[in-house]
Amino acid sequence: MKVSIRLRPSVLDPAGEAIKSAANKLGVDGINSLRIGKLIEINLNGVEEKDIERKIELLCDRLFANKVIEDYEYSFKKIDE
Amino acid sequence: MNKFTVGIVVFPGSNCDRDVYWALYGCLDIKTKFIWHESSDLSGIDAIVLPGGFSYGDYLRCGAVARFSPLINSLYDFVKSGRKVLGICNGFQILTESGFLPGALSANKNLNFICKDVPLEITSSKGGWFIKDNENNHINLPIAHGEGRYYCDNDTYKELVDNELIALKYLENLNGSSWDIAGIINKKGNVLGLMPHPERACDKTIGGIDGLHTLMSLIT
Repeated sequence: MKVSIRLRPSVLDPAGEAIKSAANKLGVDGINSLRIGKLIEINLNGVEEKDIERKIELLCDRLFANKVIEDYEYSFKKIDE
Repeated sequence: MNKFTVGIVVFPGSNCDRDVYWALYGCLDIKTKFIWHESSDLSGIDAIVLPGGFSYGDYLRCGAVARFSPLINSLYDFVKSGRKVLGICNGFQILTESGFLPGALSANKNLNFICKDVPLEITSSKGGWFIKDNENNHINLPIAHGEGRYYCDNDTYKELVDNELIALKYLENLNGSSWDIAGIINKKGNVLGLMPHPERACDKTIGGIDGLHTLMSLIT
């Protein structure tokens, strides 16, 4: 499972601005905006499929993201062992 | 010594707990007790300070992991009972992450760790944490943080203003906080969170005593 967390568009991302400035110095132009987020990878085991979404919503809502300043989205796939 | 006991919560990574102890006990003769974050026993404690530092290494977000400690869990009833809670710096971050106070703290606008005495304006006397009068509402307190930029949306800001919940504003807004906000109070008035460090301004020999009143108000 992969969860990505991003600062909300209304929240300034000073680290993103700094990287954007470095990218310009590297000579890469045309970058309109650059924002930094987080990626969390989770491997679930022994969780019933019907419970997966509820569990991941709980994690995102209460722990992974602070919804005052961040948005999140997630995707998951089944891995056969 | 007075009869009140102030609990100072110690998380793994707290580093201002001893400063708070010195300010309360050394400067104000207030009985204190260090409380390890895994304890949920707040019996005999009249007020709580969540000190500054880097609880849990600030992993994920500042204060995001600390909020799940047993102590924070028992803080909800503590606050409901009307007893006072003061969150300083990392303590403020924990209070917003735990939902005791609205808004959030994020990286300083200039990405620097800022360590400096700053001028502040007292904007509310609610809860008795600060004295706002018509003569002089300016105080100086040290700040020392990398992630102290307060953020809230317009609706939250309106609620803060309408209820006089903004305690302190930066006169020199170095971290880029929304509306210059440096500290806020809950509606009941018994929870204060602020980024500046009042405990580092309680002794003239180290630069000032503008923080004394706020710490004293824990027991009044």
